[in-house]
Amino acid sequence: MTGGQGTRTRADVRSCQELAEHMLNLALRAGADGAEVLVRDGAELRVKLRMGETELIEEAGSRGLGLRVVKDERVAVTYTSDFGARAMQAFAEESVALCHLGEPDPFAALPGREEMARSLPDLDLWDESVLSIDVAEALRWTKVGEAAALAHDARVTNSDGASFSRGIGASGFASSAGFSGGYRGSHVSFVVEPVCDDAEGKKRNGYHYTSSRFVSGLLAAEAVGVEATRRTVAKLGSRKVATCQVPAVFSPEAGRSLLGQFAGVISGGAVWRKGSYLAEREGSQVASPLVTIVDDPLLPRAPGSRPFDGEGLAVRPNVVVSEGTLRTFLCDVYAARKLGRTSTGSAGRGVGGGPHVTTSNFILRSGKSSAREVANVPRGLYITDLMGFGFNPVTGDFSQGAAGFWIENGEHAFPVSEVTISVNFDDLWKGIDAVGDDLDTRSSVQCPTFRVARATVAGT
Amino acid sequence: MHPDSVTEFSSTPLDAFDASVVERLLGAALASGGDHADLYFEYRSARDFAFEEGKVRTVGRGIVLGLGVRVVRGEATGYAYTEDLSDARMLEAARTAGQIASHGGTRTPIALAARTLPSFYPVPELSLLRPGEEKVALLRRVDAAARAYDPRIVRVEASFIEGCSDVLVVNSEGVMARDRQPMVRLGVIAVAEAGGKRQTGRSGTAKRRGLDLFAEPGSTPEDHGREAARLAIAMLDAQDAPAGPMEVVLAPGESGILLHEAVGHGLEADFNRKKTSNYSGQMGKRVASELCTVVDDATLMNARGSINVDDEGTAGGSNLLIDKGILVGYMHDRISARHFGVKPTGNGRRESFRHPPLPRMTNTLLLAGNDAPEDIIASVSRGVYAKRFSGGQVNISNGDFVFSLTESYLIEDGKLGAPLRGVNLIGNGPEVLRKVTMVGHDFQLSDGTWTCGKSGQSVPVGIGTPTVKIAQITVGGTRAP
Repeated sequence: MTGGQGTRTRADVRSCQELAEHMLNLALRAGADGAEVLVRDGAELRVKLRMGETELIEEAGSRGLGLRVVKDERVAVTYTSDFGARAMQAFAEESVALCHLGEPDPFAALPGREEMARSLPDLDLWDESVLSIDVAEALRWTKVGEAAALAHDARVTNSDGASFSRGIGASGFASSAGFSGGYRGSHVSFVVEPVCDDAEGKKRNGYHYTSSRFVSGLLAAEAVGVEATRRTVAKLGSRKVATCQVPAVFSPEAGRSLLGQFAGVISGGAVWRKGSYLAEREGSQVASPLVTIVDDPLLPRAPGSRPFDGEGLAVRPNVVVSEGTLRTFLCDVYAARKLGRTSTGSAGRGVGGGPHVTTSNFILRSGKSSAREVANVPRGLYITDLMGFGFNPVTGDFSQGAAGFWIENGEHAFPVSEVTISVNFDDLWKGIDAVGDDLDTRSSVQCPTFRVARATVAGT
Repeated sequence: MHPDSVTEFSSTPLDAFDASVVERLLGAALASGGDHADLYFEYRSARDFAFEEGKVRTVGRGIVLGLGVRVVRGEATGYAYTEDLSDARMLEAARTAGQIASHGGTRTPIALAARTLPSFYPVPELSLLRPGEEKVALLRRVDAAARAYDPRIVRVEASFIEGCSDVLVVNSEGVMARDRQPMVRLGVIAVAEAGGKRQTGRSGTAKRRGLDLFAEPGSTPEDHGREAARLAIAMLDAQDAPAGPMEVVLAPGESGILLHEAVGHGLEADFNRKKTSNYSGQMGKRVASELCTVVDDATLMNARGSINVDDEGTAGGSNLLIDKGILVGYMHDRISARHFGVKPTGNGRRESFRHPPLPRMTNTLLLAGNDAPEDIIASVSRGVYAKRFSGGQVNISNGDFVFSLTESYLIEDGKLGAPLRGVNLIGNGPEVLRKVTMVGHDFQLSDGTWTCGKSGQSVPVGIGTPTVKIAQITVGGTRAP
């Protein structure tokens, strides 16, 4: 394999920041009262191998610019990937001119000068050795991982493949509120997805993955393949269970999606829009005393860390739920003004859209029980997978497809699929009666195994 | 430049790429061998308007320009893309994609011929060319209609998004096709509040149309504003849904989401080529009740999922997938078509120049049957009438799918009863289609804003069905039977 050229873009923070400052000047000269600019420059390599054969090699660099301008309290949000001198000039002018279609909104002004970040913490988000992984090395990972998965158990008859990806990215951000800064980060991830044949022509698929900002943070390819197979063959013979109300134990992977939905209902943006069942519940008990949830952007090497937020504000850890009590909603500047408070430094933004509330590393803190103790119920459902979009943030109604294992006396009795689990979110979070000590730190939404005292499982 | 003087699409940056430029790029892509190469140039221009609390909150604008290069060797894909359309960067992308084929000899592409395309989405005038004030006026009408519907409506959010893509697809089989792909999308969310309860309702439409769409009965801003408000108010009285297996009647139109999840994805040929779909090896066999005939049709005029040409240069078509319950066809891209020794079906689609094409659905439809819809409802002693949906998901390997209802009613003794709170249905694709026992004569294409996700790529799709009765499906409510 010849090496591609995709790594030529080296995620240079300085040049991103210079471009951002340049566009900021163009926008101000075009008549904007205030403006902020994000420039992102990144590169990625993705390879996939399936049944021993290379299936995909994808390699590219990508650069984009997002602009928010405010004029006469009216806002336009624009983006482009055309960095030609004339195109940049025209883009700035057009963006400012677009504001006239908006309507005055005093809350829409840029942050106050005093709110902007003054120094940037070094969060150790960059691993130079990520770049040393070329196509051949990435393919080696996939070959080893898939082969380990296929060799570990003869019941694995097919494969959705093994994929390795690595990426680097730099951001530069400049705001007329008084901020210019940038940072860069790297990430690598590897996944193996075995398939086996079950009765009646059904297939069972599963996966395991490893992910980190540092190459040294990855599990070995063989270990990922073996664990993927262990998880997949465990699903053989999955069946429905009779409709019942039982304790539900969520694996860290399944719990993650619940925690992600919880992030949506403590977002200041949802709260001022009356789009959250928690809108009037700040300061009250919204979860079991076993539940503490923090959003921490300052964790070194963590996937969701950031040295400043999407509006250039200083960031800080925010305790959202403390032993079951809702302490604060997460806010960007706009949501904070709507709610009559100050931002929690929780704005995120991409090139394609304006700032909005996002979580950084959103973590359900580990409890004291082992994962085994959490699952130790006479009968219940251990949930490994959730499916579908059955969550209404306004009412908290939650109903999703689920798969996992039936628990009898603390042990996995048999695999379960094609059932739904339904419980109102308020009852779900208040009903947590055990939290494990096995926090899964692979993604930016992190939780350990936990148990909900009672949920409705619909099956046969 | 004043934003209202946009003169786009009379000319676009893609005009610069003539046959000599693309032949050189294809040559570079295939310099190390490979069976096939294609180039996908994309220029996309979009604007969006967000309206809430009775005023325009933001106006947005975006421009995307780039080239994706793909080289295929056997069933392996090399892919690269660039936003910088200088000669040097485009050649570099072509060579990077070509590294997949570093073992073969040089292959010469066939001489290019411009392809004449059908025209499934003519518009009298591109929405992008109309003044922004006209779109703001649409949003004001949505807002006013929703608020006027009922005093319990306390909040309205409306948005309008318009875009048009100019695409140039060129491949080493000599195809050179240029297509202009417009889309307008109107969406509204209404929030109702009463007695300490709060509910939301949504409505919207998205089609390959111009602003003339919003002058048509059933599609006016008032229609969508009222519909979102109606739904929010109706759900205030919703009760907890039952749990367990029961009879389900699917309303016409949106219920096509069931078909999309239950069979559509499983019939995308990449999964069958890899034998990871539960429809693998089922060609010619019965996979559904004989009442079920399913087509994927890219040729419906101005529909959200229609395409004149797919993203690898194959003309969009209408493809029969299931004929009276018998599996007769898959949806193919070039790689899977070659694997199965059939012609590509025009289903090779991608999200943007940053993504390689995959077999994807266009407009996927269950065709009409003979039953009267009222007879179908009357035949149910206790069940659920499923009317509106927020989305669905399927596990391709085993066919298990879920879909989420945003409006549904209990059926008791053949009559519609109380509305039910948010509920999920879960089933297995092939099992559920075998349990289709009645199909109405009232086919409807949903005019909703459906977007399908697969392998991290989103594409617009259409769905449609008549009224359908399913003898048994698991309803995921909270109320144990």
